[in-house]
Amino acid sequence: MTTTPSDAVLLDVKGLTKHFPVRKGAFRRVKAAVKAVDGIDLFIREGETLGLVGESGCGKTTAGRSILRLVEPTKGTIVFRSRRMAGSAGGVREMDVVNASRRELKALRRDMQIIFQDPYSSLNPRMTVGAIVGEPLLVHRMARGQERGKRVRDVLGAVGLKPEHMKRYPHEFSGGQRQRIGIARALVLEPQLVVCDEPVSALDVSIQAQVLNLLEDLQREFGLTYLFIAHNLSVVKHISNRVAVMYLGKIVELASTERLFVEPKHPYTEALVSAVPVPEPDYSVDRIILEGDVPSPIAPPAGCPFHPRCRYAIDVCSSDVPVYRDLGHEHFVACHRADELSLQPIRDVATTSKTDASA
Amino acid sequence: MWELLLVPGKPLLRLAAVRAVTSDLLFPTLFEGDPMTPSALLEIRDLEVQFGMEDGVVRAVDGVTYTIEAEKTLGVVGESGCGKTVTALAIMGLVQSPPGKIANGEILYHRGEKTTDLAKLPPKGRAMRAIRGNEIAMIFQEPMTSLNPVFTIGYQIMEAIILHQRKRKKEARRQAVDMLREVGIPLPEERVDEYPHQLSGGMRQRAMIAMALSCNPQLLIADEPTTALDVTIQAQVLELMNALRKEFKAAIQFITHDLGVIAGMADDVAVMYLGRIVEAAPVREIFHAPKHPYTQGLMHSIPSLTRSRERLVPIEGVVPDPSDAPPGCGFEPRCPKRMEICKTEMPPLKDVAPGHSAACWLYGGTT
Repeated sequence: MTTTPSDAVLLDVKGLTKHFPVRKGAFRRVKAAVKAVDGIDLFIREGETLGLVGESGCGKTTAGRSILRLVEPTKGTIVFRSRRMAGSAGGVREMDVVNASRRELKALRRDMQIIFQDPYSSLNPRMTVGAIVGEPLLVHRMARGQERGKRVRDVLGAVGLKPEHMKRYPHEFSGGQRQRIGIARALVLEPQLVVCDEPVSALDVSIQAQVLNLLEDLQREFGLTYLFIAHNLSVVKHISNRVAVMYLGKIVELASTERLFVEPKHPYTEALVSAVPVPEPDYSVDRIILEGDVPSPIAPPAGCPFHPRCRYAIDVCSSDVPVYRDLGHEHFVACHRADELSLQPIRDVATTSKTDASA
Repeated sequence: MWELLLVPGKPLLRLAAVRAVTSDLLFPTLFEGDPMTPSALLEIRDLEVQFGMEDGVVRAVDGVTYTIEAEKTLGVVGESGCGKTVTALAIMGLVQSPPGKIANGEILYHRGEKTTDLAKLPPKGRAMRAIRGNEIAMIFQEPMTSLNPVFTIGYQIMEAIILHQRKRKKEARRQAVDMLREVGIPLPEERVDEYPHQLSGGMRQRAMIAMALSCNPQLLIADEPTTALDVTIQAQVLELMNALRKEFKAAIQFITHDLGVIAGMADDVAVMYLGRIVEAAPVREIFHAPKHPYTQGLMHSIPSLTRSRERLVPIEGVVPDPSDAPPGCGFEPRCPKRMEICKTEMPPLKDVAPGHSAACWLYGGTT
């Protein structure tokens, strides 16, 4: 159950920015930009799960896709330490993902894979499961013929599907099984990093638990590293070693799971955690009801993006952008008042069962 | 919901007024109701809703019995396809027919000492239309698809008020603005003239709630009202619903798959699985002493924010296709405690503790 991440950093992201242009007028001039991801810093250690949470429109999916260069980042650096591309000599090779050439990028794709949210629209309905899962092997010329069939059978077995499922089509499967197919397709290349983009959000609760357990088992078995993107805090807390909270294109807080929930340092984290409905009739919490909606990422508020909804906001919050800084123990936060505020943790949380990476 | 709120032109209004006078349904008597169940507002007995499909009949709701008491909130929990929404549509007379039909059972709606069986009323008839959207209102999951995009939200709220309360347009508009203010929409005088696309998801759901409450219903059916919303917006809407429930004194049937929402909202809980109620109890009992293996399985399969991290215990397998339901207990193929009898005999819903019933052979009983 407990995964032990090593100290080696697998992925290092600095200042990642993705602005989508908004074009208007007869000449389609760029009039504004949707600041979907607005300068985020994070790193992921080998073998760990970094959770990325936030509400819809906060940029978490764009962040995940920019890291894989499924969308081209506007700015920033992404360094990935590939074992496979170091060649037979062993060790790792540092790859610059943002400036990688087409060939390098294709090679990188073997090491960096993605599991999509919607198992209904992310599988080609006209391909059999065997063809879907085996396609990456063809594209990357990693296995052909009987060898390919064998690798597909093996990976289907690993995700809990049967060899006879290879000949069937996606519509013949339930949502949970389709998500297993998506996972098998991501894992068939034996990647190092898997970006899981809301992998259980479309599933019923009883199936969700099956898929979460499967992801944990696969991580242990294959030494996978996950970037786990989700909006459900309970799920993220369950699966992550460390958690990053995003708001309006920025990471506002990043810390080990225990620290984040026991000692939140950003008012948005506090509000987010307190808003989660807890399946416990007698659970009482001072629910912090945030006023209003998330502002538009086209024109985010000046200063701290959260200040119009923050109950602790002071003058400086509306003028100066807070620096994203380490408070110690790798607890990163972007808040002017992080040192002085004492925020509400979740109650009754029994401490550490997942390794605190900073301890 | 649109069909019942269609274009309230003036001739229609006059017609409605005449009908109202002749309709005894609109005049509840002053006596207090049934002495047996003094506070029961809605009693559903053995309700069966079936859909005729090409390859056979799907029993979406397969013998459901429960009671909603006045001013109480009943939470209905279940996974997709368990029949929780179809049950609600049956109460509203909105089961599309064909292919759907209420094959059996009663939906007894008590007003004063008068009892109406909603299952027997013609869905498009006068009596049903006088109840639907007026005494029983519904909030749908997706506020974007259940609001009409070509009418302003004010117009859509006014429709219900004009139709059911026979108010003049000016008066109805004033009432619509008041309702929007009530549900916490800022600048209601301006918002009343906006179209659904101009509102955010949370605001749209507030507008839906305003519409549903505009006629002061006895019963409000909320079908996954916060599922499409972000967690901080969900918290806003849930807080609003809790406040309004006290103010309007309406009973609520709250349908959701989120056990966390149920724990915070419901007085009583009914757990549905494959078209049946498998367990019903007060909310604390359901969470602290669940009896049915399915309820227990659900509790173990959700990651908790408050408890320490432990491996989840999922329910094995998947929900069977309702057109191919097992002959005995619907949960038998996935149940960790299944017995021989479960394969062949359907367990009845019976009391296992005071006010707590479960449909499971583990608790004895006969067919």
